[in-house]
Amino acid sequence: MQRELLKFALFAAVVLVVAPLYFQGGYILNVLVFVGINTMLAIGLNLLLGFAGQISLGQAAFYGLGAYVSAILTTTHGFNPWLSMIFAALAIGALAFVIGFPILKLKGHYLAMATLGFGIIVYIVINEYVDLTGGPSGFPGIPNLSIGSFSFDSDMKNYYLIWGATLGVMLLAINLARSRIGRALRAIHDSEVAAQVLGINARLLKVQIFACSAMISSLAGSLYAHYITFVSPSTFGFGFSVELLTMVVIGGLGSIYGSFLGATLITLLPEILRTFHDYDIVFYGALLMIMTIFLPGGLIQGGTLAWNYLRKSWSGKGGADA
Amino acid sequence: MLEVKEITCVFGGLIALDQVSFAIRQGEITGVIGPNGAGKTTLFNIVSGIYSRTAGQILFNGRDISGLPPDQLARLGLVRTFQNIELFGQMTVLENVMVGLHTKSRCGILACALKLPWHLAEERRIRSRALELLDYVGIADLAEQSAASLPFGKGRLLEIARALALEPQIMLMDEPAAGLNSRETWELGDLIRKIRSSGVTVVLVEHDMELVMDVCDAIVVLNLGQKLAEGTPRQIQDNSAVIAAYLGEG
Amino acid sequence: MNLSDQLLQYILSGLSTGAIYALIGLGFAIIYNSTGIINFAQGEFVMFGGMLGVYFFHKQGLALPIAFLLAVVVTALCGVLFERFAIRPLRRPTPMNMVIITIGGSIFLRGVAMIAWGKDTHVLPTFSGDEPLSFAGATLLPQHLWIFAITILLIIGTKLFFSHTISGKAMSACAVNRRAAGLVGIDVRRMIMFSFILSSAIGAMAGIIIAPLTMTSYDVGVMLGLKGFCAAIIGGMSSGLPTVIGGLLLGVLESLGAGFSSGYKDAVAFVILLLILFFRPQGLFSRGSSERV
Repeated sequence: MQRELLKFALFAAVVLVVAPLYFQGGYILNVLVFVGINTMLAIGLNLLLGFAGQISLGQAAFYGLGAYVSAILTTTHGFNPWLSMIFAALAIGALAFVIGFPILKLKGHYLAMATLGFGIIVYIVINEYVDLTGGPSGFPGIPNLSIGSFSFDSDMKNYYLIWGATLGVMLLAINLARSRIGRALRAIHDSEVAAQVLGINARLLKVQIFACSAMISSLAGSLYAHYITFVSPSTFGFGFSVELLTMVVIGGLGSIYGSFLGATLITLLPEILRTFHDYDIVFYGALLMIMTIFLPGGLIQGGTLAWNYLRKSWSGKGGADA
Repeated sequence: MLEVKEITCVFGGLIALDQVSFAIRQGEITGVIGPNGAGKTTLFNIVSGIYSRTAGQILFNGRDISGLPPDQLARLGLVRTFQNIELFGQMTVLENVMVGLHTKSRCGILACALKLPWHLAEERRIRSRALELLDYVGIADLAEQSAASLPFGKGRLLEIARALALEPQIMLMDEPAAGLNSRETWELGDLIRKIRSSGVTVVLVEHDMELVMDVCDAIVVLNLGQKLAEGTPRQIQDNSAVIAAYLGEG
Repeated sequence: MNLSDQLLQYILSGLSTGAIYALIGLGFAIIYNSTGIINFAQGEFVMFGGMLGVYFFHKQGLALPIAFLLAVVVTALCGVLFERFAIRPLRRPTPMNMVIITIGGSIFLRGVAMIAWGKDTHVLPTFSGDEPLSFAGATLLPQHLWIFAITILLIIGTKLFFSHTISGKAMSACAVNRRAAGLVGIDVRRMIMFSFILSSAIGAMAGIIIAPLTMTSYDVGVMLGLKGFCAAIIGGMSSGLPTVIGGLLLGVLESLGAGFSSGYKDAVAFVILLLILFFRPQGLFSRGSSERV
């Protein structure tokens, strides 16, 4: 337990102190803010996918709903942004809870398809309901979050705000993973029948985690909306759901820090592949396939293997010398 | 304690169980035997809520539990183990048993995520109780090993420990001796008796006749989906219909 | 045009898109039945058919029938490569791995198409001219007739294949019980390969025959694939008539939906998909299954 806390504290320190000092400002900071948003989203999906083993290809829908609900409530109706953010998360969590019951009765491919279908329906509604959402041209003029006269209007300020929230979500997820709930989720993943026989109400728990994951996504969406001050449907389509899936899989299913790694890689990829812009899709696809075949545990597994290999060769050397 | 009344189960055109009725008495070890295809595992799956029956009733301590899902049955005190041991391979041996203690603990999603103080105390309690249970079946030394890496015999013991974590009133074991060698089967027999003496009623589906005759107080014989006979081991051994069913007529 | 004429128009055009969905759905069903896999990349085979058809016809200047044939063959080859390099190497074929790898494959194929042919839409000429034909007050294009004809031929062909040839029966055997099929000497790996070849070929043909009407580009595969999947789900994943009816039904409903609101037209398919998955996941036409876990 102590080691876990230490690891997290170190990570938080790097994120909150080291990184901003190093990357004083400019474009890279904007990218790092997105790493934060995507890490939050990836963790939300990981709880569902990596822990509970439920395939969801519709996470972008909850992300988008959070963004749009926040946008509409604060801009069109002038409600307080913080309260709107909380309201959005609760409302979208409730929606996920209700829809979770029929959806999570499905398993495997059928579940994947159903979540996919749900995601696309949400996207189409956002795209078509122009009076409410601004349609394909988007929804501008969203205010920044603010406390009193202090407004989160710069990249740096948003970096702290968003990473603060992401670190919070990370901590909650880490706690959850190591608790009886985390064990119950992993049990459901390994053998839903056996979990039920031991008294776990798998059906309810899956829906609860689905709702939690939706709330986290909604939160990320609201933060996104107030950061960029503009939202458009194209951000929240099927393509992004697949990107999220890629982040979680590549990082390592069931590993919270893995989700951070995966989010970092996928967020930075378009920047790295800037010159090869058209090749990014091919790269994603190839990466997904190669990882699934050769390194199903993701980067975390790769990192652990590399670490063990290094340790063995170091201690091997030490042993020979002694 | 557990009454099976006229249970019938039809899959498509196949009658897997045909009006099977018998009663399990509290504190006894009952064996359910029969040639392959007799419907023993189907019966178990129906009693433990995994399959649904076509007709009939199951009463547990007088209460109708027909059609209840497995997790509700577990909370009522009925637990089962599987023939192909359904261990949680991703987790350690200890964690497997800790999952068994899920119903004995209460922290919800919020409390666990926020790591509230009573959650920590509960975790400690769960952990030490799980170690006790591993010790009870004799595999406490394997606590930190991955469950998937266990040899089959130890895996069987783990599954039993995990089921016992529920402090059940009745435990249904589906072919517990399958895949065990004779020494392990002998030890299994001792363990089953130990479980019974701690107050748990045991029902076994089994093929290993030595174990059945040695350990069981009562035996129910199924054949081709119907109850063929019921009685003490001695009575069953002398029953000509049972002998005929196993060995064929003449 | 009065209401009944308009209705007929919608129904006819719905039937023709529905025929395409039916073919794509067949592709899903064939692979699912012999491997248990839902091939998310199925839509990309359809896209490849159309795009390769454009390539061979426009860029290489080949005659339309030859372009058609080549496009189908090359796509079938892609199907083989896909099975060999994406499906077979999987050491732990859990549903999740399968979903992820076929999604990865579909992204990859889409990326290849984008690099090879850019993001523009392309057009194939209709097979036999653009003179509209009159049919009971509605208009049909000759291409619609081609679509119906080829679809019917393909359906009859697949039906005969499955019920009358040894390979077809072997594939059906794999669908019912793979281990038993292996035990009686059926080369399961070969059957899996065959099913990919068949599915990708059928998908390619679907892509080519619809291309003259709806234009093709590197990303048409996603929607077409999903709607074809919907057709297969309505048909309970059968490699025969139920899936065809599913496709036609979907096409007609979608077309009628477009009559009300063209923007929400795509949503029709997905709402139907969700409804079927929620209430009758075994499809509209199979008898209900007994409760099993």
